[in-house]
Amino acid sequence: MLAFVLRRLAQALLVMLTVGLIAFALFRYVGDPINNLVGQETSLAEREALRERLGLNDPFFVQYARFLANAARGDFGFSYIYRRPVAELIAERLPATLELSFAAALLALLVGIPMGVYTALRRRGVLAQGFMMVSLVGVSIPTFLIGILLILVFGVLLRWLPTFGRGEVVELGWWTTGLLTVSGLKALIMPAVTLALFQMTLIMRLVRAEMLEVLRTDYIRFARARGLKSRTIHFGHALKNTLVPVMTITGLQLGSIIAFAIITESVFQWPGMGLLFVQAINEVDIPVMAAYLMLIALFFVIINLVVDILYYLVDPRLRADRAVAHGHG
Amino acid sequence: MAEASTRRSRRRPVLDNELLEDFLHAPVAVLAAVITLGFFLAALFAPWVAPHDPFDLAAVNLLDALLPPAWLEGGDGRFPLGTDDQGRDVLSTIIYGARISLGVGVASVLLAIAIGVPLGLVAGYAGGRVDAVIMRIADVQLSFPAILIALLIDGVARGLLPRELHDELAIYVLIFAIGVSGWVQYARTVRGSTLVERRKEYVQAARLIGVSAPAIMLRHILPNVLGPVLVIATIHLALAIITEATLSFLGVGVPPTQPSLGTLIRIGNDYLFSGEWWITIFPGAALAILVLAVNLLGDWLRDALNPRLR
Repeated sequence: MLAFVLRRLAQALLVMLTVGLIAFALFRYVGDPINNLVGQETSLAEREALRERLGLNDPFFVQYARFLANAARGDFGFSYIYRRPVAELIAERLPATLELSFAAALLALLVGIPMGVYTALRRRGVLAQGFMMVSLVGVSIPTFLIGILLILVFGVLLRWLPTFGRGEVVELGWWTTGLLTVSGLKALIMPAVTLALFQMTLIMRLVRAEMLEVLRTDYIRFARARGLKSRTIHFGHALKNTLVPVMTITGLQLGSIIAFAIITESVFQWPGMGLLFVQAINEVDIPVMAAYLMLIALFFVIINLVVDILYYLVDPRLRADRAVAHGHG
Repeated sequence: MAEASTRRSRRRPVLDNELLEDFLHAPVAVLAAVITLGFFLAALFAPWVAPHDPFDLAAVNLLDALLPPAWLEGGDGRFPLGTDDQGRDVLSTIIYGARISLGVGVASVLLAIAIGVPLGLVAGYAGGRVDAVIMRIADVQLSFPAILIALLIDGVARGLLPRELHDELAIYVLIFAIGVSGWVQYARTVRGSTLVERRKEYVQAARLIGVSAPAIMLRHILPNVLGPVLVIATIHLALAIITEATLSFLGVGVPPTQPSLGTLIRIGNDYLFSGEWWITIFPGAALAILVLAVNLLGDWLRDALNPRLR
């Protein structure tokens, strides 16, 4: 177990160092950091002094190491556009993105799993076939288009839901939440549904495929022969065994939900990190881009790591080596 | 006997009569192919197909701006799907937009193939350290969604190129970004197939008579791994079109002077609240139908070429 975790940790570290290198190269070589810090009237000598003071004349690896050390402390310098510390900007936007992402993930699971189970058990049913058709159409409509359609129907035509922003938020320390006010919850509905739809179809198809696979296995047939109730077989035996891959994929998808929030946030003008990132790209605000990139990479790496370890804990076959060692010891 | 037949089917060439027969018996696939082909032809011959030239400033009249579709009150027979804020015919902008969307989509798929297939071949054939390096890079890239990588490449290009130059090169930057963000799938699949093919007798034989490694890879292994590549390419085309549309919608794709379907949706989005829904919804519907058709075609192709399902 320890060796497994250590190996995974080493891999995660390698990924972070690589992404850090890309972020650093962006920061250092795309555009001149000095030009972005000072005005037109600054003299060459002053620029040179600033360059020396900021350590931009140091060897590559010294600068890279300093960049990483600063990044590890959450210091990404100042945004070129907002003239404020990047860390502050991101901390402000983080709660909005995380609340949206978790709401979407929860929605995708709570709707996707039952739909998957249903389509697997009633394979030839009209409703199940309908679900499958809808899921194919859902995969083919880009996220932003779904958002626009929702806005048109529920925002413009029916006027039921707000079409942009987060509604009223409540401050809990440095965290701002929209989950405690009515307007905040109403504002969350459309963005969360938009973001969840794609994952929902993915989970539904996955659960369906896994269920069909498991229902064909011998132990299910034996369970039937033993005269167990269908309900027990389907939910006690079959569903339980499909949950391992579902857990893995959902875990891994959590990262892409956070990434895809970029699109949803742009459609609904949701004040999260994704919107900040798109603006940063448009305005070539390199420090914000670099910071967002590293933060997203960190999310991905942590999620991958947790999923791997959970997988290891849940699936006994992966622990075979340990069992053998214990058996002989 | 059964083993011999699965072996034959796994190595079957990409196009043969059996496949064509399958195709003609799948009405959904035929419909999808007809729609896809229709889009391609309309895009290719846009200047002849489109009722108006939306980018000919002399022909566009601001007095025609924001007309609803022809069948609604206030519609004009000259503009079947209505006009946008500048008086351009929506149908014509869709046809010209599909041209950009499909062009960028196809070009970026070709770029992804050009990067991924050779890397997969080399990784699978050479093995060892080369394989490890290529696959590790692939793993790292695969742990991030393609759209994020494409966004990042686009952002870097914006930083490196001066503004006017970037606008001029925007389409090429976009093709590069989407192409580079998609090569991993090809490399992994080709590597897997190459690992299988490499151990077969015909490769051993070729090696024994002294055929060089590049020649074996290109002339002997490559033709046998093209089936899966074709399947991935079809599904990837749908994804590339969506990615292009998404980037253009976010405002980091093609410039408004050469609007793709995504750009059109972005432009129309501003008019959604004032009730001019047709400027957004028609390009959106065109995009969704195109992607759905390509996806259905890819689904069918995957099943048809999969020996396990036969």
